[in-house]
Amino acid sequence: MKKNKRYSIFSLARNARNYHENWAAAWRSPEPKPSYDAIIVGGGGHGLATAYYLAKQHGITNVALIEKGPIGLGNTGRNTTVIRSNYLWDESAAIYELSLKLYEGLSQELNYNIMLSQRGLVSLAHSQHDLREIERRVNAIRLNGIDSEMLSMAELKQLIPILNLSPNSRYPVIGASIQRRGGTARHDAIAWGYARAADDRGVDILQHTEVTGFRIQGGRVEGVETTRGFIAAPKVGVAVAGHSSVLADMAGFRLPISSHPLQAMVSEPLKPIFNTVLMSAAVHVYLSQSDRGELVMGAGIDKFNSYAQRGSPPILEDILAATVELFPIFSRVKMMRQWGGIVDVCPDASPIVGKTPVSGLYLNCGWGTGGFKSIPGSGFVFAHTIAQDEPHEIAAPFSLERFSTGALIDEHGASGVAH
Amino acid sequence: MLRIECPHCGARDEAEFSCGGEAHIARPKEPDKLSDAEWADYLYMRTNPKGILAERWCHTFGCRRWFNIERDTVSHEILRVYAMGEPRRESGT
Repeated sequence: MKKNKRYSIFSLARNARNYHENWAAAWRSPEPKPSYDAIIVGGGGHGLATAYYLAKQHGITNVALIEKGPIGLGNTGRNTTVIRSNYLWDESAAIYELSLKLYEGLSQELNYNIMLSQRGLVSLAHSQHDLREIERRVNAIRLNGIDSEMLSMAELKQLIPILNLSPNSRYPVIGASIQRRGGTARHDAIAWGYARAADDRGVDILQHTEVTGFRIQGGRVEGVETTRGFIAAPKVGVAVAGHSSVLADMAGFRLPISSHPLQAMVSEPLKPIFNTVLMSAAVHVYLSQSDRGELVMGAGIDKFNSYAQRGSPPILEDILAATVELFPIFSRVKMMRQWGGIVDVCPDASPIVGKTPVSGLYLNCGWGTGGFKSIPGSGFVFAHTIAQDEPHEIAAPFSLERFSTGALIDEHGASGVAH
Repeated sequence: MLRIECPHCGARDEAEFSCGGEAHIARPKEPDKLSDAEWADYLYMRTNPKGILAERWCHTFGCRRWFNIERDTVSHEILRVYAMGEPRRESGT
C-alpha cells in the first residue's frame, strides 16, 4: 500500500492542519480500458471483496469492477449489519466461519476501520420445540469448532435486563443460545474499505457503468456490453444479488432464484440500552442498537417477487409488533426510516457460488437474507473460483449443479428467523 | 400495500392473500422420462423478470380460492386478474 494513502493517527493529524480539505480520494475513477484479465460485475460487498482477493491472493490486478450506480448502495448499504457464523450444516459453517474469521482481521488488513463489534448474538426460544432446536444447533455448531452456547434464563436476564421475560407474555421466552463472536460491523466501511484496497492494487472501479449484455462466442464469454461501450475479458464474475436473474437471462440460462424485498428500519437515536444482537424466530424479529443509538431491526422477506427497493406495510407492522412484544420498553420509540433491499432467494436458502453453463462466466448469488455477514468469505472463495477456473473447496458444495443432483443445503432455519 | 382485486370477493388488502409464486408451471406429463436437468428446471428454476410476472395468489383470509394475476415487479401495478387454468397473454411473461 502506498505510504501517502495509509490512514493513521499521523495522517489524521497532518490533514487536520489543512482543515481536512486535502484528503486524497479513496479510489480512482478511471476511464474503462478496452480489455482486462477479468471483469467483476456488481459493486456491492461481494463484488468488491472478490476484486480485492483476485488482486491480493491470485495476483490478478488487471481487473475491472463494473457497477451501474455508486458502489455499496444496494444491499450492502441496506442491511442490518449482523455478522455471525452459527449455521447448522457443515458446508454453511465452513463458508460463514471463513467469513467471520476474515472479518475479525479486516480492519487491520484493509487499513480501514470496519467498526467490528463482537457484542454477542442471542437467539430466543419460545417453545419446547424451539428450545430443542436451538440446543441441537448449538451442539452441531460446536462440533464444527465454532463458538456457541446455551444461556440460562438467569444469564439471559443479566445480559438483556430490558427483555420481557414474563411467563405471562403472549409468547414467553423459555431459553436462549448465544454466539459470543457474533455482532455487527459498519456496512458502508466494508464496501469502501474493500474498494480502496482493491483500487490500491490496481483494480479499476467503474461506477455508473451498467452491463447491458454479454458477448458470448461458441459457449465462451468474451466480454460485456456496457453503457460505456464493450469491455473485453476472458473471465467475468457476476455478483449482483437481486438482479442475478436479469443477468443470467442476458447470458441465456435460468436460475432457481426469486427476487424479494427484505426490509429494515431504524428508530430515533436512544442512549445505550441494548448491547447485544437479538433474534427471535417465533415472534420474528432481529434487533440491535447502532453506535449512533438507533435501534436497527428487520425480519423476513416480503412474500411476492419485486425489484422495487421498498417494503410492504404488513411486514413492517409485524416487525414492530414483535419488537414491542419482546421489549415493551420500546413501545413509544419513534421510527425514523424504513427501506427495502432486493435479495436473491434460492429454494434451499443457500448461495450459488461457481461456474455457469457459459465458459468463463462465474456466478456468485443467492445469498438471500444473509449476504452481509458472508462478504469476505464469499469474495475469497469466488476469487479463487475465477482465478483457478475451479471451485474453491469451500465453494464446491454451493454449485448451480446441486439443483440437478439434489444435494441441496437446506438452511431455511439458519437465521433463527423463519423465512 | 397491494390492493388485490379478488375475482370472487372484490378489492382487498394484500394482508388477506398468500402469494404462490410463478404461475403456469405445468407438472411434467411423463415424469419417468425426465432427465435430472429437466427435473431441476421444473422444480427449482424460476422466471424472475424485472417487469411483468404472471403469478398465483390465494385469498387465504377470504374465499380461500386461487387465481392468477399479472403484476409489474417494479411498479407493483396489477395489470390483469384471471382464473386458474386460463392461459397467459402473449405479451405477458
